[in-house]
Amino acid sequence: MLTLEPVYLLLGAFLLFGAVLDYRSRRRAMAVFWAILSLPFLAGDAILAAAREGSHWPAQAMGIGVIALGVMAALGGRRPSDDEAALEHTRRADAVRLGNRLFAPALLIPLVTLLVALAAQYGPPPVRALFEAKQSTLIALGIASVVAFAVAVRVTGAGVGAGLQEGNRLLDALGWAALLPMLLATLGSVFAATGVGDAIASLVAMVIPTDSRIACLLAFALGMVLFTAIMGNAFAAFPVLMAGIGLPLLVQRHGAHPAVLGSIGMLTGYCGTLLTPMAANFNIVPVVLLELPDQYAVIRAQLPTALVLLAVNIALLWLLAF
Amino acid sequence: MNYWPLLGVAVVVLGLALRRNPALVVVVAGLVSGIAAGKPLGELLDLLGTAFVNNRTLLLFVLTLPVIGLLERHGLRERARGWIAGFRSLTLPRLLVAYLGLRQLLSMFGLIDLAGHAQTVRPLLAPMSEAAAAQEEPLDEPTRNRVRALAAATDNIGRFFGEDVFLAFGAVLLIQGFYAGHGIALEPMAIALWALPTAIAAFTIHAIRIAWFQRGLRRGSERRRDADA
Repeated sequence: MLTLEPVYLLLGAFLLFGAVLDYRSRRRAMAVFWAILSLPFLAGDAILAAAREGSHWPAQAMGIGVIALGVMAALGGRRPSDDEAALEHTRRADAVRLGNRLFAPALLIPLVTLLVALAAQYGPPPVRALFEAKQSTLIALGIASVVAFAVAVRVTGAGVGAGLQEGNRLLDALGWAALLPMLLATLGSVFAATGVGDAIASLVAMVIPTDSRIACLLAFALGMVLFTAIMGNAFAAFPVLMAGIGLPLLVQRHGAHPAVLGSIGMLTGYCGTLLTPMAANFNIVPVVLLELPDQYAVIRAQLPTALVLLAVNIALLWLLAF
Repeated sequence: MNYWPLLGVAVVVLGLALRRNPALVVVVAGLVSGIAAGKPLGELLDLLGTAFVNNRTLLLFVLTLPVIGLLERHGLRERARGWIAGFRSLTLPRLLVAYLGLRQLLSMFGLIDLAGHAQTVRPLLAPMSEAAAAQEEPLDEPTRNRVRALAAATDNIGRFFGEDVFLAFGAVLLIQGFYAGHGIALEPMAIALWALPTAIAAFTIHAIRIAWFQRGLRRGSERRRDADA
């Protein structure tokens, strides 16, 4: 059965390749950075398996690696996009020469992902049996990346090595921003394991007047937004707010409809995701990818939509849940 | 109840407010929260390492970088701009609203990672948006950056407010799992359907904002023209 494991190995190999390129170009700090980051991909399953069998040193070493990555992110800069302007001329010439053929590999990424994901979910049983169901879209994305890369190499007439170097150039331009989503999700797990959520829920329960239905509803909705903004993830906020306010006060005491409360409550948290730099893969990574000078440019573009939608969600909860 | 782990939250808020490097802030916050909860160092390192490995799917977008990097070196973004500029009637609102609707629909069928900032926004949507916005007159630098940010925002909003309608999506399963753990049995379908009103509201609100953005662009250029005359 096809799992994500080969996709992880591929990604790990690419990161390691980037580390070698950086080492050769005397960007030693970046080389070490990418080499450490390749570990969860090359040895991730081994680390998890060892931890399950009671041998904790590999996971602990990975923990030290995480701390090292954080420190290196703060010390090292990003690689400047040095040659961008100088190559503008060749890029324009290639754009004319290759024309719309350039779109094919870029569009192949979503297209192949779509086809493989559909086949894995709705295809004939023998095809479905090939994929681990829960991760079929991500496996499909991995396959699509490889297919699109092969076609891109063919269309542009560049070598495989040159293509990987271009990938490494983008990776270096992203720098620590590439790492941030993983770090934030890790922080979410640490917060959950250290009882941060329970502490916040108990504080909130002390403050609000529990007899008032609207006060409980507002505390739940705004708490979802606030907690999501702090954690960068509505998934982390949901169990906390549900256990603290949603279930005991809104469902059990005031009789809210559980499905409505769960569904729209989660989406209220998503309004918080639109507002926070902690949701780095959505709000900070694109800033770097699009070379925007303002770190909060994407959040600013989302702010009005998020606030209006928050008001709509609270109104929907009030109308539909009771 | 031990309130000391909340110090980790304080570290996050303070670190971001002081504009320290977010990666370092996050690592320090995790350590502070763990130490405040009284976790021994070995256990804390174990927790950090295991959680980091468990969340490694979040880096999968990096696999698309070689394709995008190679195509960009050979003029993909220039070509995307040129192609859109060929359609005189394609305005920024038409492009972005169509993308928003498509992204929401695809997310509703669980095809969340089909598009994204690395896969579609940087190589295609952002340059196309720039070209569509520049149909009437060329964009200055700050306006161009605002157009790019709006393209990224449109991708996020389309993704977020479509995915919860998908039955097998993690959020729906998380909601169902939470209630099941507390003795309330719910069908995933019942949860997913209640995400529809918000999905429609998100589309409407953001589409109106995109249209307003275009109006703002047009007003700005008219004002400049009046000032020149």
